[in-house]
Amino acid sequence: MSCSQVDFGNITFKNPVVMASGTFGFGKEYGECYDVSKLGGISTKGITMEQRDGNKGIRVWETPSGIMNSVGLENPGVEGFLADEASYLEKLDTRILVNVSGSKIEDYVESVRRIEDTPFEIIELNISCPNVKSGGMAFGTNADSAYGIVKEIRKHTAKMLMVKLSPNVGDIAEIASACVEAGADAISLINTIQAMAVDVKKRKIIFDNTYAGLSGPAIRPIALRMVHQVARAVDVPIMGMGGIVTGEDAISFIMAGASCVQVGTANFMDLRAGTRIIEEIETFMEREKIKSLSEITGIL
Amino acid sequence: MSKILYNNSLTETVYEIAVEGSFEGGMGQFYMVRAWDEYPVLSRPLSIHDLEDDRIVFLYRICGEGTRILSKKKPGDEISIDGPYGNGFPMETGRIALVGGGLGTAPLRLAAKTIRELSPEKLDIYLGYSDEDINSDRFSAYADSMQIDIGGFVTEGIDPSWYDVIFACGPEPMMEALAKKTRPYDVKVFVSMEKRMACGIGACLVCTCKTKNGNKKTCKDGPVFAGEDVFFDEL
Repeated sequence: MSCSQVDFGNITFKNPVVMASGTFGFGKEYGECYDVSKLGGISTKGITMEQRDGNKGIRVWETPSGIMNSVGLENPGVEGFLADEASYLEKLDTRILVNVSGSKIEDYVESVRRIEDTPFEIIELNISCPNVKSGGMAFGTNADSAYGIVKEIRKHTAKMLMVKLSPNVGDIAEIASACVEAGADAISLINTIQAMAVDVKKRKIIFDNTYAGLSGPAIRPIALRMVHQVARAVDVPIMGMGGIVTGEDAISFIMAGASCVQVGTANFMDLRAGTRIIEEIETFMEREKIKSLSEITGIL
Repeated sequence: MSKILYNNSLTETVYEIAVEGSFEGGMGQFYMVRAWDEYPVLSRPLSIHDLEDDRIVFLYRICGEGTRILSKKKPGDEISIDGPYGNGFPMETGRIALVGGGLGTAPLRLAAKTIRELSPEKLDIYLGYSDEDINSDRFSAYADSMQIDIGGFVTEGIDPSWYDVIFACGPEPMMEALAKKTRPYDVKVFVSMEKRMACGIGACLVCTCKTKNGNKKTCKDGPVFAGEDVFFDEL
């Protein structure tokens, strides 16, 4: 079997397949189903400074080839994460990305400072969650605010700082460039696309929060376009995501410029999507006589 | 992938499907069922209706694209089923009542069978349907007495003082009414909650159920909860 190991900046991933934040919890549940150490990495459920209960009402809704979610960052808070979840993740033989979110810059900073002493090497800075009313996506929707938050957080961490971008913007390349200029080591994209659903019989909006985040195969072409745009604008490694279900989907993101990919909604379609996609990537490499994924990264 | 033994309609929209194989599971647990490829995106959580050495049986209603596709499947076709998941009804003895509303009767058949094997002092079954009897004949072999209500409120016929334990599954208003009605009595009430699920294993948090002990995952901590924990009056 081919080797799909990749260098992502100065960090090596055993393969390019990372489980996306919010779809994989803190790894334990999937770890009861298969060996999650076979994965390239796991991005944790988004962590905020304080514990959060998340949104009320319906939290998931199906659409053609996708789902909308409005979980709203339910999480145990950074202290709960460190006390109850970190030790399990530390034992895994895979890269752990700690996804950090918040409403205020001070909260992001405090969370990052508390994570600094852990062995986890990558912070995924979520400035793109569409499901919280204040903060979240607001930081990621213009270049100045994105620059400001990344610049501030850069002062407080020596870890790899990867910024997760929102697709709900006009010029994503401009925002990616601002993040890199402010000190981001890597970029991940795309978060979910802000969307809406209506119950016409009840004449009501489905989600209590009105809008929710659309993910899954429905958004793949948009995600691919944005990864391509960002790859041409910045000179840092990119982690691409948005509706990746198969190995060939992953390869298309790599050809568009991503060094690694994240898999999210596909975990709900196939519990073992992560390891299946790794195998499919390696089968493709063998068939196409590709020795290293770097041969095809960003070739388009 | 597992082979379908039969997929019969009980009414115009309610089906009973049996899948061949040796499966595990307790009363109130569920499987994630998938009879399609990419679309619909999500698998469907179906509670175990019955379990025998060579098959598992589910009860479902056509209410969307997934269950419509499932209803078209024929004997011999293969579908994916993953499980068992969740915490089901606890093993209890004494005087027991089962209360089911509509498709909420789905997990109660295995419950009736399992409880009967434990030889309770008394097993009464209350079934409520909005417009037609779906499946009360599936329960008669297990019950000391049965009460069937069509179009009314099945909870009205229950005297909580007759029971030590009540298991319920059905519409939330039905279960809430039951939990409140039984509050003054020394009776344990367990309810099986239905929420939209995605992962089915407790990772994604889309099926959160609010309880007096904080948010719980319906798929992993539930779907069965103590009624008093779920239907409490918020302060």
